[in-house]
Amino acid sequence: MHLGESTRECEYSQISTRSSTPMETPYKKKTQKKRKWETFPGRNKFYCDGRIMMAKQTGVFYLTLVLILVTCGLFFTFDCWFLAEQLTPIIPVIGGVLFLFVIGTLLRTSFSDPGVLPRATPDEAADLERQIDVANGSTGYRPPPRTKEVVINGQTVKLKYCFTCKIFRPPRASHCSLCDNCVERFDHHCPWVGNCVGKRNYRFFYMFILSLSFLTVFIFAFVITHIILNSQRIGFLSALKDSPASVLEVVVCFFSVWSIVGLSGFHTYLISSNQTTNEDIKGSWSSKRSKDNYNPYSYGNIFTNCCAALCGPLPPSLIDRRGFIQSDAPQLAPPTNGIPMYGSTQSQQSHMCDQDQCIQSTKFVLQVATTPLLQQQSSEPVILTPENGASIPGRTSLALGGPCTSLPMGQPTPPASTPSLSCHEATDLLPVHGHPHNHSHPLQEQVAHHHFLTPEEVPSPPGMLHCGSPLGHSHTMQGSFYNPASQDSLHEDSVRGLVKLSSV
Amino acid sequence: MAETHSLQDFQRPAVSSKVFIQRDYSSGTICKFQTKFPSELESRLDKQQFEETIQTLNNLYAEAEKLGGSSYLEGCLACLTAYTVFLCMETHYEKVLKKIDRYIKDQNEKIYAPRGLLLTDPIERGLRVVEITIFEDRNIGSGR
Repeated sequence: MHLGESTRECEYSQISTRSSTPMETPYKKKTQKKRKWETFPGRNKFYCDGRIMMAKQTGVFYLTLVLILVTCGLFFTFDCWFLAEQLTPIIPVIGGVLFLFVIGTLLRTSFSDPGVLPRATPDEAADLERQIDVANGSTGYRPPPRTKEVVINGQTVKLKYCFTCKIFRPPRASHCSLCDNCVERFDHHCPWVGNCVGKRNYRFFYMFILSLSFLTVFIFAFVITHIILNSQRIGFLSALKDSPASVLEVVVCFFSVWSIVGLSGFHTYLISSNQTTNEDIKGSWSSKRSKDNYNPYSYGNIFTNCCAALCGPLPPSLIDRRGFIQSDAPQLAPPTNGIPMYGSTQSQQSHMCDQDQCIQSTKFVLQVATTPLLQQQSSEPVILTPENGASIPGRTSLALGGPCTSLPMGQPTPPASTPSLSCHEATDLLPVHGHPHNHSHPLQEQVAHHHFLTPEEVPSPPGMLHCGSPLGHSHTMQGSFYNPASQDSLHEDSVRGLVKLSSV
Repeated sequence: MAETHSLQDFQRPAVSSKVFIQRDYSSGTICKFQTKFPSELESRLDKQQFEETIQTLNNLYAEAEKLGGSSYLEGCLACLTAYTVFLCMETHYEKVLKKIDRYIKDQNEKIYAPRGLLLTDPIERGLRVVEITIFEDRNIGSGR
């Protein structure tokens, strides 16, 4: 008890001695807008502020890159001169083009989002659980793995429930255990490219292995030619001594050719029959399973299948990596004793500075416990951040003396779970101002991303959402703390500190 | 309408529940939502209006994913330019997504908001569900 009190006092003194305006310094740091990739739940690595997305283990990818660069480097340095002189200068040109294409497609495969499915929001997950419970009859024991059957083009396909992502996986999607994501049209996880191969990057992957097989064969053939032509002049052993790099190239290419060309052939077959590696390995559509078994996704002819896989429309990324984390969507209002629950704190028109927002939000939340009628912001599940800087329909009356942002008490993120979050959430409204700027950004990715809201990425204890009583309880708790507090900013900081402590 | 709300009430309508319209995979992996009318909306919305909204959304997504001459051209052009063309240009899919966004806003303004409902753009839910938020009906003054 005594210790607790002294700790509390330390909290007081810590806050008050930071600076003359204690809210500014800490919160200025925290107003650094956090992008969604920073709280991405999967096991991916992000680079360049979320533009590049890769798997966790990237060692083999670097090996691939080194092998390609070294082999091509040696080829251009040692063999091309001879070949350009003796045969034709077109050889290095073609080699160069192939090399650039290989590197381009490799990087594109490795760095892009393979088609990751974002995890379900808590509301969605709860809704699904409810439906499953109803279906299962909620028996005492843990129900068996959940599946849903759907008939696609005459074939019965089982959709499995993913316990990690809390969704029923769409057909052809699979959960990658290495990346811990569900990926649409999951082909396989390729360590050589350091990423999953799925719906969005399959065509790049195919182009990569196809061009790499051409490049490998090209280099192999011309290095052999070089050695042969040279040995005709100066003898075989001398030729080898003359260009030792060629020997290394031949060795690398020889072993690569078998694997790469084989892989290209295999994937050409997969594309023409519109199957994924996953399906082929499992024999999902094999006629050996049953006579009536056929691939329901195939378009019937090879040409259409190829076109669809390689030239079809490129679906957008469903995970908004570079979007800013906004406050959450409105939560379901559990039955309480009259204390209204608040949801989103999003506001495009909030003009308050961080400090005021924090003070206001703390005051606001605590006042909730005592007074039902308060200024609030609308519950806005969608960041309606259109390019025209818009009129948000009906739901938002953001201009209400606007400044009061509701501390996300009713939201999955408890304000005190991470001390920075309480005001971080409120101050996240400021980045919204940046949205109009972002909208004018030429990169089309930005435009699509601003429609996204992924509240599930905000760290949250799921329990907070579903039970009404803890939330009501926490409100009452704070109410009792708040009453003695004054308007004084020092006291407000203290109150905030109390709020944090009480919620811990 | 938004203004009158703000003037009259300080109290925001609380979220009463959410309805999730799941995907319909009967035609394969294309983006399509079920048109089955959820029972929770019976008191608020016409079945026909709901079906029309969902059907239009389905048509728009089908347009985005359509395989045809223009999408093939776009794909080939992209391949030839090593996909750098997408740095300057929007993909067809993204253009349609914008269209969908405008449509949803329009529907919200005209049909859903007046009934205390809100449609969420499915792209914000990873194209898994169409989320319809049902707000408490303030006018009735019912309990929370």
